[in-house]
Amino acid sequence: MADPTIAVIGAGPAGIRATEALAQHRLPVIVIDEAPKGGGQIYRQPPDAFRRSPSLRYGFEANKARALHTTIERLASAIDYRPSTLAWNVWDRQLDTLRAGKTEKVPFDFLVIATGATDRVLPVPGWTLPGVYTLGGAQIALKYQGCAIGHHTVFLGTGPLLYLVAYQYAKAGATVKAVLDVNAAAAKRRALPALAWSPSMLAKGLYYRAWLGAHGVVVEDGVTPIVIHGNGGVSELTYRRAGVETTLRCDAIGLGFGLKAETQLADLAGCRFRFDRESRQWLPERNADGESTISGVYVAGDGAGIGGADAAELWGERVGLAIAARCGRPRDTTRIATIDRQLARLAHLREGLERAFPFPSQHVSTIRADTILCRCESIRIGDAMAAIRVFDVIEMNRMKAVTRVGMGRCQGRMCSAAAAELLATESRQDVAAVGRLRAQPPVKPIPLPWSSPR
Amino acid sequence: MTERVRVDVAIVGGGIAGCSAAFHLRRNGLSVCLLEKGALGSQASGVNFGGVRQQGRHFAELPLARRSREVWGRLAELIGTDCEFVPSGHLKLARSEADLDELERYADAAAEFGLALQMISGARIRSEYPWLGESVIGASLAAEDGQANPRLVAPAFGRAARMLGADVREYTAMIETTCDGDRFRVHCARGIEVSARFLVNTAGAWGGYIAAAFGEPVPIGTTAPNMLVTEPLPSFVTRSIGVCGGDVYVRQVARGNVVLGGGHGWADLGLERSRPLTDVSTRAIDKALEVIPALKSALVIRSWAGIEGQMPDHLPVIGFSRTAPNVIHAFGFSGHGFQLGPVIGIIIAELVTNGASLSPLAAFDIGRFGGTAARPLAAAAYPAQEGE
Repeated sequence: MADPTIAVIGAGPAGIRATEALAQHRLPVIVIDEAPKGGGQIYRQPPDAFRRSPSLRYGFEANKARALHTTIERLASAIDYRPSTLAWNVWDRQLDTLRAGKTEKVPFDFLVIATGATDRVLPVPGWTLPGVYTLGGAQIALKYQGCAIGHHTVFLGTGPLLYLVAYQYAKAGATVKAVLDVNAAAAKRRALPALAWSPSMLAKGLYYRAWLGAHGVVVEDGVTPIVIHGNGGVSELTYRRAGVETTLRCDAIGLGFGLKAETQLADLAGCRFRFDRESRQWLPERNADGESTISGVYVAGDGAGIGGADAAELWGERVGLAIAARCGRPRDTTRIATIDRQLARLAHLREGLERAFPFPSQHVSTIRADTILCRCESIRIGDAMAAIRVFDVIEMNRMKAVTRVGMGRCQGRMCSAAAAELLATESRQDVAAVGRLRAQPPVKPIPLPWSSPR
Repeated sequence: MTERVRVDVAIVGGGIAGCSAAFHLRRNGLSVCLLEKGALGSQASGVNFGGVRQQGRHFAELPLARRSREVWGRLAELIGTDCEFVPSGHLKLARSEADLDELERYADAAAEFGLALQMISGARIRSEYPWLGESVIGASLAAEDGQANPRLVAPAFGRAARMLGADVREYTAMIETTCDGDRFRVHCARGIEVSARFLVNTAGAWGGYIAAAFGEPVPIGTTAPNMLVTEPLPSFVTRSIGVCGGDVYVRQVARGNVVLGGGHGWADLGLERSRPLTDVSTRAIDKALEVIPALKSALVIRSWAGIEGQMPDHLPVIGFSRTAPNVIHAFGFSGHGFQLGPVIGIIIAELVTNGASLSPLAAFDIGRFGGTAARPLAAAAYPAQEGE
């Protein structure tokens, strides 16, 4: 039997480790990655001429980053590596891809979807002003090109990334005016036992926070963002804490409320989804091997559920080993058992993080009705609420149809988390009951024409 | 627990036709229960191209289309919203001399129905529409045709019907219908049972199931018009565009997005799922670029397909059942029911209230498929119409 075709989407921690495991079994792999170089978002490599060292770029994780970069470079000649390529549709065991302006079909027998995560953002009055970036975006600017998003930056939202990015900015010499966490300190204290499953991770988190404090950065918990002011750009942020309103002058804001799995391709592949209570998002179902409900389609890394880079590497390898076994290679049961043990430990840590930094689900229902909910289509919260009432909307795709929320360039990638919470509150339902936006191809905008010029 | 609802008319299928029927039946003073398995207008009615087009229709449909156009013009006063209807004009393009002949012949015949079409050719097509490609040598303009937002029409009629007292049930699938004496008993999901004197079948692609249940199966197939939309562009496509042959259609909405369609995607009636197909999209895009070259490099943000009922002669079934008294069918609009939708509700209301419609319906009789009566109008050879 000829070896099957295996396509891996994404060359981040999960995609690289999956590829490595498959290549070790001499299986042919096609790796499709949007970035020009491997590493994913977390270990994104700078453009060629840039000289900031890995330790400056990746801090404590520099060794892990270097190991992954070396791995994908080493594998590149043994596999069919397609960087700067977007996989934008899955149908009938074929991918549609876009490379150098040309669309191309990639048939597969096995597929690994390792598409990673994006920022989970929530609207705040004034959040569409120039100068407001996502936390991840702020981090990429620094990691990729050594740029800061502003001269006087405030980091606002919640999640471990909030502290990490603030630390990285301050360490790189940027002025961090404040780190404002919407979650209370009590939540973090309650999460301590679970976080202790990974002493090193906990130690790093505490270190970032202490370092920021020691360097004069205001770090506050239990913050309610009120409004971002500015005329043509960010100039001030007003927030409330313990009943007191404070206004900070700043010219940039990094905003983020945790991460959101990039699941559109899994959806287009036909995978069944489940609502994950802990992270409050819809995720593709998977078995112990990482296989989705569609035979031969596997999901790994943050694209299958936020677990962090270490878990992504393990899941990638785990999926690679499972597919190798499906292709008739010996099943490495010892290694699989080790990985499963490590993954179980990281899952405990994940629970802790979700408990320490829960998604502020009520936020969107408490902010001003004239706040933009959907940036692409300029839909305000009040307009969306009115349409929900007028048409008795109880489901997300219906909300999209009658309000246009999620109909623009981002296809709901940015606004759907807030839209779902708003719809759940307005229709008095559990957020799981309002469902999720169906993915439609292309998963990201692609230019006309789609045919190759003749 | 069974919830019993007793009404004059039960309507199965909450697309535009069903919602418009509920609205007009209420206006005639009848009690109505509208049953929809999903959300109102979530299938073909809501995901079609959005063309409000009389031009190019089969002549049997033109009298209905003429009447419907009149309703489109006063949607705002009728149901409180214009559903973004814009009479932008529909320009049907000729890419060959044979196309021009076809357009001219059609225009002559359409004039008999009161539809005025203007032929544009030669230098005029270049000067009036400089954004059209070289392959376009002429066109026929239906000035009063236009476009609307398909996502709003069925929900808006549904809401208006509800405000007049119609009992509109979304997410309520019909399971089976029985008949006891002079009333129908419609058994639905969640234990809802509707008792009605009249049963209206506006179930779209699923309408064939209901007809078959009353002993009059029809050769209905499914089709899934394949469509795409670009990011917002500066406004320049001033008319809704179709072509002879119907292989591509294009319009630009007020926000700037360009919607284009052509060909058919994949659909599964049982799963209620449809998907656009990349090869089909690619062909439609190539055709669109041929007639509107300036679309090159525009970014596509979404593509989709919707499930529609397709009859072999491309004409819908409209009228009384031939087997069961007080059953009225209106389904199988074959990819061009959007413009007709508003008047279909009026026709259904006429059939229920008066036993007959002011519109000629002979061509749409369900009996034309080998049932009990009425020879079909010679329609089989008629070319497929462009989608809406």
